[in-house]
Amino acid sequence: MIEIKNLVKIFPHRNANKNYTLKTAVDNLNLSIRRNEIFGVLGKNGAGKTTLIRLLTMQLSPTSGNIFYDNEPVEKNSAKIKRLIGVVPQHINFDQELNVGENLELHARLFGIEKNLRRKKISDLLEYLELGDCVNENVRKLSGGMKRRLLIARALIHEPQILFLDEPTVALDPQVRRKIWSLIEDLQKKGATIILTTHYIEEAEKLCQRVAILKTGKLIALDTPKNLCEKFAAKNLEEVFIKLTGQKEQI
Amino acid sequence: MLHDIGTVFWRDWIVLKKRLTKFIFSRMVAPLLYLTAFGLGLGRSVNLDSGSYLDFIVPGIIALNSMNISFHSVISIHAERVYHKSLEEYFLAPISATAFLIGKLLGAVLRSIISTAIIILLAKIFGANFSLSITFFAVLILNSVIFAEVGFFAAMKLSSYEEMAQVNTYILLPMSFMCGTFFSTAVLPEVVKFLVDCLPLTHTSLLMRSITHGGDITYTSGLILICYASVGFLACLKAFQKLLEE
Repeated sequence: MIEIKNLVKIFPHRNANKNYTLKTAVDNLNLSIRRNEIFGVLGKNGAGKTTLIRLLTMQLSPTSGNIFYDNEPVEKNSAKIKRLIGVVPQHINFDQELNVGENLELHARLFGIEKNLRRKKISDLLEYLELGDCVNENVRKLSGGMKRRLLIARALIHEPQILFLDEPTVALDPQVRRKIWSLIEDLQKKGATIILTTHYIEEAEKLCQRVAILKTGKLIALDTPKNLCEKFAAKNLEEVFIKLTGQKEQI
Repeated sequence: MLHDIGTVFWRDWIVLKKRLTKFIFSRMVAPLLYLTAFGLGLGRSVNLDSGSYLDFIVPGIIALNSMNISFHSVISIHAERVYHKSLEEYFLAPISATAFLIGKLLGAVLRSIISTAIIILLAKIFGANFSLSITFFAVLILNSVIFAEVGFFAAMKLSSYEEMAQVNTYILLPMSFMCGTFFSTAVLPEVVKFLVDCLPLTHTSLLMRSITHGGDITYTSGLILICYASVGFLACLKAFQKLLEE
């Protein structure tokens, strides 16, 4: 479904001496993501996970290489492909001037959802994510868990086929995290393809059919969690991760 | 395209609607001070052949006010880009950079028109004599677009709130006083006059004064404003698209 070929992203980087150098965030990446799978992207901080998500969601242009959605190159079909994807970013990025309902309405309008459908979709999604009473709330007043669920609601309004979740459960308590896990599994059952980046290896092991491990922008492993454990003679995915990256992540 | 422009404008309208009363009252403060201090206070000791000083400064106040309002209408994009990251919502959506820019400019023009209406009302209450026409509103819109573009471009390029404030200090503030708003640029030394004549607000002041006092319209000034607006539009588009490469 998604094909990544020789993908490279290089950023100009200002070092301590205030000179510009080049930093390779994604380094000649090749991989494919299958329809209806939950695909995990793991890596240490600065491994290139978020840059990869931003490239795949057309928030960044690659330095070189290509991305194809169903064999269509993104640069030629960006508007069409953007309608297929939903993005839950790592950080909370609501429009602070709009309330919960208005934030969702802005998103619905941007994706061209017709007027008579908008209200119903917003109300259904808020109910689904247990935010039904918050439609007129200021987004700043929501709790961390509510904000995360609202980010998911916003990403789902236009019924995307592919959902990108960039560390969706970061800094959430275990109950909310489990609620979001069951939501992700529910979305997969409904036919969505899910691409997930996370620092919680346990999360990737539980949810993902396949995981890719990145190190300094390079792909260093790609397989199912089970196969990776067998291949690296490890008890669990966390051990694989430590062996490959040399760092223990949060559990 | 029209739907996308409408969506971006809708967002700005919703935000304005929530604080319309506050916006209207806050927009009355500066014009009231200008009209009282310069129009009634200082104006009584100024003699002009063409009429009262109050009549002279009203177009200047409208020009500088529309500059300030349209600039400040769009600079919230800076916080949306740098601090709240809410600008990402537009990058992810299937809308063009052109639609986003036009939507934002329309929002700025609306605010500028509302605040101009307030000044016109206040100036009439103060007893100023001037007439309005469609050309006047065309110049007002052009001026609003130019300075909304200045704000948009700065919001795309600058990285801190302090730098944004410097645009106000180094660009808008000198223009507020030098560009024929409170006095005729004809009295300036040649070199200063040449520099001032290169700035868009000078031409807005000139045009607005001619139109409101029934004088001849300088088409060169209109052309200069159109050039500024066109170049600004292209620069803003480029700056917005450049964000995708960073």
